[in-house]
Amino acid sequence: MGLFILRRSGVMLLTALCLTFIVFFLTNLGPNLEKLAKTQGNFRMTEAEVASYLGDRGYLQPTMYKYAEWLGVKPGFKTVKEDGSVVGRCVRPGVPVEETPEYCGLLQGNWGFSTVFKDDVSEIVWKRLGLTGYLMFWVMLVMVPGALIFGVLSGMREGSRTDRTLSTTAITFTATPEYVSGVIFIALFASSAGFGRIFKGSATSAMESANFENFFLPVITISLYGLGYIARMTRASMAEVMTAQYIRTARLKGVSFRNIVLKHALRNALIAPFTVIMLQIPWLLNGVVIVETLFNYKGFGWLLVQAAGNNDIDLLLACSVVAVVVVLLTQLISDIGYVFLNPRIRVS
Amino acid sequence: MAKWDYDGPILEIDQLSISFFTRLREIPAVMDFSCVVQPGEAMGLVGESGCGKSTVALGVMQDLGVNGRIVGGSIKFKGRDLNEMSQEELRDIRGSEIAMIYQEPMASLNPAMKIGKQLMEVPMIHEGVSEKEAYDRALEVVTDVKLPDPKRMLDSFPHQLSGGQQQRIVIAMALMSKPSLLILDEPTTALDVTVEAAVVELVKDLGKKYGTSMLFISHNLGLVLETCDRICVMYSGEAVETGSIADVFDNMRHPYTQALFRSIPLPGADKNARPLKAIPGNFPLPHERPPGCNFGPRCDYFEGGRCDAGDIKMSEVPGDDRHGSRCLKWTEIDWDAPMVVTDAKEKAKPGDVVLKMDNLKKYYEVAANAMFGGGGKKVVKANETLSFEARESETLAIVGESGCGKSTFAKVLMGLETATDGSITMLNQGIESIPIQERSTDTVKNVQMVFQNPFDTLNPSMTVGSQIMRALEIFGVGDTVDARRQRMLELLDLVKLPRAFADRMPRQLSGGQKQRVGIARAFAGDAKIVVADEPVSALDVSVQAAVTDLLMEIQREHKTTLLFISHDLSIVRYLSDRVMVMYLGHVVEMGSTDQVFAPPYHPYTEALLSAVPIADTSVEKEHIVLEGDIPSAMNPPSGCPFQTRCRWKSEVPGGLCEKEVPPVRHLAEGHQVKCHLADDILARMNPVIKVAAE
Amino acid sequence: MELLSWGAIITQILIQFIPVWIALFLTFTVSIMFKRKLGLYGKLFDSPIGMVGYALVMFWVFTAIFADLIMTHDPLAQISSMKNKVPGTPVSGADEGIFEHYLLGGDALARDVFSRMVKGSQIVVTIAPFATLFAFMVGITLGLPAGYFGGKFDTVLSFLANLILAFPVILLFYLLVTPEIVATGLPTYMAMVLFLFPIIFLVILFNSRFFTQPQKRNIMVAAIVGVGGWLYLSLISQSNTPVNFMGALDGFDVAGGILIVFVSVVFVNSPTVFRIVRGLALDIQTRDYVAAAQTRGEGPWYIMLWEILPNARGPLIVDFCLRIGYTTILLGTLGFFGLGLPPESPDWGTTINAGRRLLSAFPHPAIVPAVALVTLVLGLNLLADGLREESLRD
Repeated sequence: MGLFILRRSGVMLLTALCLTFIVFFLTNLGPNLEKLAKTQGNFRMTEAEVASYLGDRGYLQPTMYKYAEWLGVKPGFKTVKEDGSVVGRCVRPGVPVEETPEYCGLLQGNWGFSTVFKDDVSEIVWKRLGLTGYLMFWVMLVMVPGALIFGVLSGMREGSRTDRTLSTTAITFTATPEYVSGVIFIALFASSAGFGRIFKGSATSAMESANFENFFLPVITISLYGLGYIARMTRASMAEVMTAQYIRTARLKGVSFRNIVLKHALRNALIAPFTVIMLQIPWLLNGVVIVETLFNYKGFGWLLVQAAGNNDIDLLLACSVVAVVVVLLTQLISDIGYVFLNPRIRVS
Repeated sequence: MAKWDYDGPILEIDQLSISFFTRLREIPAVMDFSCVVQPGEAMGLVGESGCGKSTVALGVMQDLGVNGRIVGGSIKFKGRDLNEMSQEELRDIRGSEIAMIYQEPMASLNPAMKIGKQLMEVPMIHEGVSEKEAYDRALEVVTDVKLPDPKRMLDSFPHQLSGGQQQRIVIAMALMSKPSLLILDEPTTALDVTVEAAVVELVKDLGKKYGTSMLFISHNLGLVLETCDRICVMYSGEAVETGSIADVFDNMRHPYTQALFRSIPLPGADKNARPLKAIPGNFPLPHERPPGCNFGPRCDYFEGGRCDAGDIKMSEVPGDDRHGSRCLKWTEIDWDAPMVVTDAKEKAKPGDVVLKMDNLKKYYEVAANAMFGGGGKKVVKANETLSFEARESETLAIVGESGCGKSTFAKVLMGLETATDGSITMLNQGIESIPIQERSTDTVKNVQMVFQNPFDTLNPSMTVGSQIMRALEIFGVGDTVDARRQRMLELLDLVKLPRAFADRMPRQLSGGQKQRVGIARAFAGDAKIVVADEPVSALDVSVQAAVTDLLMEIQREHKTTLLFISHDLSIVRYLSDRVMVMYLGHVVEMGSTDQVFAPPYHPYTEALLSAVPIADTSVEKEHIVLEGDIPSAMNPPSGCPFQTRCRWKSEVPGGLCEKEVPPVRHLAEGHQVKCHLADDILARMNPVIKVAAE
Repeated sequence: MELLSWGAIITQILIQFIPVWIALFLTFTVSIMFKRKLGLYGKLFDSPIGMVGYALVMFWVFTAIFADLIMTHDPLAQISSMKNKVPGTPVSGADEGIFEHYLLGGDALARDVFSRMVKGSQIVVTIAPFATLFAFMVGITLGLPAGYFGGKFDTVLSFLANLILAFPVILLFYLLVTPEIVATGLPTYMAMVLFLFPIIFLVILFNSRFFTQPQKRNIMVAAIVGVGGWLYLSLISQSNTPVNFMGALDGFDVAGGILIVFVSVVFVNSPTVFRIVRGLALDIQTRDYVAAAQTRGEGPWYIMLWEILPNARGPLIVDFCLRIGYTTILLGTLGFFGLGLPPESPDWGTTINAGRRLLSAFPHPAIVPAVALVTLVLGLNLLADGLREESLRD
C-alpha cells in the first residue's frame, strides 16, 4: 500500500511537471508575451520597447531557463538598468534591492507575482481558494446525498414508475450545463420576468456574508449537473447489484426487501459511485468557473478566468498547479477508497 | 408459523405451467409438469439447457422475476399451495423451509459481507434467535460441511475462499434452518471434477443427516444416478419420463431418454465398434415447438398423423413404482432391441511421428501483487518438462483439471507464446521459439485449433461464410473469390451444415452449429495437427455426441493428428488412442488408453477416474474423495505436486514425496508415471471402475 | 400593430417550423413501418425514451437543414428600434416586406432572437457530430493498439491521455483558443496532426483486410490517400494563417474561428474516447475468436480493426451519442467565455454569453438559446439511453 501511494505520488509529480511546462510554454509564446508587455507597459509601445521590456525581465530567455527559474532551481533573472534600478523575476515593488533573493521559485515557496493584481500569487490564490472551498462545501452537501438517494431509489426497482421518473429527471440534469441552468434560474427566480426576485442574481455579496438569498442559486446551479451524473451512476450500479445472484440468494433466504436493499445491496452498490464522486470533484471545477463568472463570485474559478484572459503567467501557473493537484489527489483518494470499500481487492 | 407438520409429500407439483412474457409473445417455459417429492427423498431433474428445469425450481420458490408467471397448475408444499401465499408467508418459508443452492458459488455470496454474518442472518430472520446462538449454529453447520478452521471461515470474505469452499458455505447457508426441502440447481457445474465429487458426497451425507428432501437439477445423468432416488427427465418444457432411478436407467420407456443414454459415452463404449449415436436435429426454440410430441421431429419412432396430432399426456407404466412416460407409442416400441449400429469404422493406423515435444518448459513471470505492483516477481511454472510424440491419425488426449497447464501447452504449440526451454519439432522443423507472426503460412495452417466456448469462437459481427473464407484467404487457398467461396461451401458440407448457413450471422446458430463452423475453420487449410480444447464440454449432451463424431470422422479422412484437451474422462476413454494426464504443469501419467484406464494408476489418475460420474447402473466405482482443493500454480507444493492430496502418500517412506519431484518411470512399453510409489504397491492397486457382469 | 399574445407567438412559431414537422413525420412513418428490418436503429422505435430522444435530435437536425426557410429575419441584421424588445413585438421602422414581428423578441443589439436561435442550430449541428467523429477516429486509432499491445506504448499513451484529462477544460480552451495563440499557428499545427488520423485509420483499415489481394488493396489505398489527402490539405491550409501553401488548389476555407474551435473540441474529447476504446480492446481481446484469428496468423491491425472494433460497436455507438451532447456543451462553454467564434456569431453559447449581461432585466435573449441547447443535449442523452437499453435487450 505504501509503495502504491509512493508510486502514485511519483506519477503525480511527473504529471504536474509536464502540465505546468505545457502551460508555461503556451503562455510564453511570442504573441502572448507581446500582449503582456503592452498591457503592463502601454499599448503604444514600439517593437523595440516591447523587446527591451521583455528582455529586461528575462522573458526572452529560452523556455527551459525560465521554467527552471520558476521552479527555483536556477537563479532568478536580473537586469541592472543604467539608472541603477533593478528589474527582474524576483524584484517586487516596495522591496529594497538588497533584500531581493537570488532564487525565487516554487522550491523557495515563492509562487511568483501577479501582473494583473499586483500582488503575490500565493496570497491571491489562497484567498480565492477559500471562497471557492466554501462554495464547494455547500455544493457537496447538496449534491452527494441528493444524488445517492436519487440513484438508490430509482435503481432498487429497475423499470418501475419511480425509476422512470427519477432517471428521466437525472438525464435532464446531466443535459443541462451550468451556464444554461444558471441562466434559467436567474431568469426564473431573480428577474422581474419570472417568479419575481426571490433570489439574487449575483453572489458578489456572498463573499462577505453568504446567506440563502445570495448563495442558493450558485450552489444549486453547480450541484445540478453533478447530481444528475452521480445519480445515474448510482442507479446503474444499484440496478446491476439488484440483479446479482447474491441478492437472489438473500431473497430466497427470506430477507425482506427493505433489508435486502439496506444490508445487502447498498454497500456493494456504493462502491462505483464513490469513485465517480471523487472523480467528479475536478469536474466540478468547470462548473465553478462558469458559475463564478456568471454570478460574479470572485473565487478560484473567477481567478482562473482573469489569469487566463490577461495572460498573467505566474498566476495562471499557480492556478494550473492547484487544479492538477486537485485532480490527482482525488484520483488517489478514489483509488485508495475503492480498495477500502471493496474487500475483494483489499486482501488479495 | 414458519414450520408446520404434515405427513404427506413434501412437494406436490400438479400440472404446473409457467410462461415468460416478452414484448412480442408469451413463451411457455414449462408445460403440464407434475411431480411429487416424498419426505427424505431426492428427486433428480434432468434435461438439456433450455428444457425448463431451472424454471421449475424458481417456480417452486415463487421467484420468476418480472416477466415470468405461473399460468396454470398448483405447487403444494407440505399441503399448502405456494401459488396462493402472500409475500410475507413466502418470505417465512424461503430459507427456513425451502432453501436453494445454485451454480455459481462465488456469485451467490455477497462479496462485501463476512461469511459468518451471511450465515447467521438465516436463523436470526426466521427464528428470531440471538446473535450468539446464531453464531454457534453457524459454527456447527460449517463444521458439518467439513470446512477446515470454521472460526476463521466465518470471519472471512467470500473471495478469500476457493470455489469448492464457497460452494460448501452455500450449502451450509441452505442448511442453517434445517429446511424440509433443498433445491440444488446445477450445484457443481462450475467446479473441477475432483472437487465436484467431494461436494456431491457431502450433499448426500448431509441430506441423510438432516432428513432433507432434495430437488436436484442437473444436466449430468451420472451425477443424478449418484445422488438421487427418483428422476424426472425433461425435454423442451415438459417432463417426458419420470420414475425411480432403477426404472428409468434400466427400463426407460421414452424415446428421448433412450436417445440420451445412447449419446453419452459409457465405460464399455469404443469409438470404432460402438460409436455414439447422436440425436438428429436440434432442440426446438420455445416459440417454435412442433405440434403434438415435442420430441417428434427428432424421434426414431415418429409416426406422422399420430405423434403430431395433439397434446400428449403422461401415462403410467404399470408394474413399476410411479413410473410414467409421455409417449403414445411406448407400449409398441421394442425397448430391448439392440441399437442399430451404423457401419463400424476401421481403426486408423497411426503413421509417422508428426509432432515431438522434448523437455518443453514454459514459465511465466507475474507480479506478485497485481493491484499495487512491485513486491517482487513470481515465476509460475505452467509446464514442466513436457515430452511426448504424436503420430499421424492418432488421437492424444490431454487430461487435467483447471490450472494443470493444458491451455498453456496449447498456446506454446500454436505459437501464441514461445517456450522457455525444450523443443517442439513439427514435421521435422523446430518451432518452439518461433512466434506465430514469424511462422510460415504452411506451418500456421498445419496446426490449427478448435476452441472451447461455442459462443466465443466466432466473431459475432461477421457472417459464417466470410469467416471461413477469411481463413482460406490467409492460408492462400484458392486464387479467386469464387474459388474460395466454392471451397467454403465444401467445408460446410464437410461439417454437415446446410450451405445456406454461409450467409448467416453466428447469433442465428445454435451452440453445436457454431462449434461445427469452428471445426470447418480449423480444417480450412487441411491442418495436419488439430488441437481441440474441450470442444464439446460447453455443449448439451445430445449435441456433444454429434460434434465428437464429426471431429473424429474428419480426422479419419484427413489422417489428422488430434490433440484432445479435456477433463471428461468418459469421452477421453471413448475416443483417444493415448492419454496424457497432467497436474499442476507436470505430466503425471501417460500411456495408451487401456494402460491409463487400468491399474496400476498414478494416484491422481485413480482419484480422477473415481470422481467422474457414470450414468450406468451396472458400474461399480470405488469412492475416492480427495481432500482439499487444487493448489494454486503460483504457489505449488514442494516435491511431488500431488502430495498434498494424495491418499497413498503414507506408503512412501521417508517423506520423499514432500522433498523430491518424482522421476519419470516407465512401467510398460509406452506407459509412464511420475510417482514415488514402489512397484509392488502400484501392482496392488485395484481397478476403480468395475462393470458388473451382465 | 400590436404586441402578439403568447398563444399567437406559439402558433406562429409552429407555423414557421412546418418544414421540420413534415420531415419528422416522414422519418418516423418510414422508420416505424420498416423497424423490424433496420437492426438496432429499428429497435429504437420500441423504446419510448429512445423515440423522444430521436425526435428531439432530428428536430434540430431538420431545423439546421431548413434554417433558411424557418428564419423570419436576417440573424445579423439590426433594426434599431427593436433593441431588447419582448417577444411578439411588431417590427417598426424597417423596410416593407419583411416579417412583421420579432417572435421571440430582440436582443441587446436589436437582432431577432428567434432567427439567431434557428441559425445557431446550423453551427452546432455541423460542428458537434463531426468533431465527435474525428475524436473517435483519433481515440480508436490510438486506443486499440494501446489496449491490444499494452506495454510501454500503452503506458506512454495512457499517461498523455491522463495529462490532457488533468487539465481543467476551460484552462485548456483559454490556452488554445485565445487570439494570441491562434496567431502563432499552434491550433493549425494541431489540426495538421489530428486530421491526419482519419486517413491513417482508413488506410490501415483497408490494408489489413485486403493485403492478401495486392491489386485491390492498391486501388483502395490510392483512392483514400488521394481524396483524403486533398481534403486534408485543403482543410489545414487556410489563408491568413501561417499554414497556407495550397494556393489555387485549396478546395475550401473554413469560416473564421470554426477550425480552431473544432480542433480544440476534438483535442479535449480524444483522450476520453481513447480510454474507452482501450478498455474495450482489453476486454474483447480475451475472446476465443481473437485467439482464432491469431492462430491463423492474422496481423495485429486486422485483429484490432476487424475482429475487436466491430464487436465494440454497441458501447461505442452509445458513447458517440452522449459525446455529441457533451461536445455541444463544450461548444456552448467556448461561446460562453467568448472564445473562438466571433462575437456576432449566432451560435448558442455566444448568444447566451451576450444575453447574460442583462439577464435580470431582459431574460429572453439568453433563455431562448439556453432552452434550445438543453433540448438538443437532452435529446442526445435520451437517444443514447434508448440505444443502450435496446442493445442490451434480447
